[in-house]
Amino acid sequence: MHMNKEIDINKAVDLIEDGMTIMVGGFLGCGNPHRLIDKLVEKGTKDLTLICNDSSFPDFGVGKLIVNKQIKKLIASHVGTNPETGRQMNAGEMEVILVPQGTLAEQVRAGGAGLGGFLTPTGVGTVVEEGKQKIEIKGIEYLLELPLKADVALIAGEAVDTYGNIVYFGATRNFNELMATAADIVIVEAEEVKQVGELDANDVVTPGIFVTYIVNGGAI
Amino acid sequence: MDRNEIKQFIAKRIGRLLHDGDVVNLGIGLPTMVANYLPEGANIFLQSENGFIMVGPAPLKEDEDMRIVNAGGQCVTILPGGVFFNSATSFGIIRGGHVDMTVLGALQVDEKGNLANWMIPGKMVPGMGGAMDLVTGAKKVTIAMEHTAKGAKKILKECTLPLTAAGQVDYIVTEMGFMEVTKDGIVLREINPEFTVEQVQDATEATLIIPEDIKEMGV
Repeated sequence: MHMNKEIDINKAVDLIEDGMTIMVGGFLGCGNPHRLIDKLVEKGTKDLTLICNDSSFPDFGVGKLIVNKQIKKLIASHVGTNPETGRQMNAGEMEVILVPQGTLAEQVRAGGAGLGGFLTPTGVGTVVEEGKQKIEIKGIEYLLELPLKADVALIAGEAVDTYGNIVYFGATRNFNELMATAADIVIVEAEEVKQVGELDANDVVTPGIFVTYIVNGGAI
Repeated sequence: MDRNEIKQFIAKRIGRLLHDGDVVNLGIGLPTMVANYLPEGANIFLQSENGFIMVGPAPLKEDEDMRIVNAGGQCVTILPGGVFFNSATSFGIIRGGHVDMTVLGALQVDEKGNLANWMIPGKMVPGMGGAMDLVTGAKKVTIAMEHTAKGAKKILKECTLPLTAAGQVDYIVTEMGFMEVTKDGIVLREINPEFTVEQVQDATEATLIIPEDIKEMGV
């Protein structure tokens, strides 16, 4: 674990290259790392695969990446709040894979936790089961769902110390806590950067060992 | 009844299905209105699938905090005793059978308890969000909806739209009546006295089972 994790937002977003797979934490914009997203929109990095719970709203959070046509493929549970997602999907400009929200969360968790997959009853008897292996355990049918990983994860944290230990606020934990474990490079946008020792170890939710870089969002 | 009265009537009836200590997830729209009609004195633990329990009412405009939103993205509050968690824990609660009741809307529901409420091919593909997990995992699944969609029947012999889940629906509550899905079909347990049994059946494709002791649907 390298110890100097704070980097400039430009350097952070430059780590994302055309064609990469990125995860972005948040739920309808709540807990999106908004400054990192805005910078990524400014850079115009394209042909990205985006894994996110939803595509937010056209002018809020990850929705802006869709509107700016930077996403080649979207893996999400809900896209109904962003009409541009539907338009690009119907026009064949963007591939959209819709996944039940609990399955998506668990796929990310499995990716970060070194699991080869998991069995869920969600989606049995629906189109979600198409192309998937069905396994019966004690008389109940389950779908085998596979883990998800990414090249880069963009995470939003409230207070983050320089080791990358993250404290969240409110309902922003959602996918952030999971995605922080499931990418090669994990960049956290902190509302506030703290010195090591300033956070109570009892309050930390994401251990800093998962975090590669910290962007001091509060200072931008 | 106008549409708003219809919605309140449905929400009130569903409120009476809840018990002290229940963990309940309310969908967006009409289901959310059930929160206004919880049984008096009962502690109901409202869960929001984006990651907390003990969802409270919307705050005053000046107290809004974008970090505390419900599953519809609207600013809400968290009540004393509430707790935040991540999406994997949230859906562990849902899939793991720790939610006593989920209340959702429907495009179609059928006599086998199948539900379709997440897409209309070629027209509307918003995604299933948390609905498939909720309907699969909650102990009781209650559908809150107007009985028909501008006259088009929604309670069918067999759903024609892509399913959200198969065979999971327990109750259907509309302005016409309170129905229970059983292995024999849909039983009309209670009827709104504004309608006759014939009118309810005419608005329903599935053949309703009418018990001898059918009750008046009060709220």
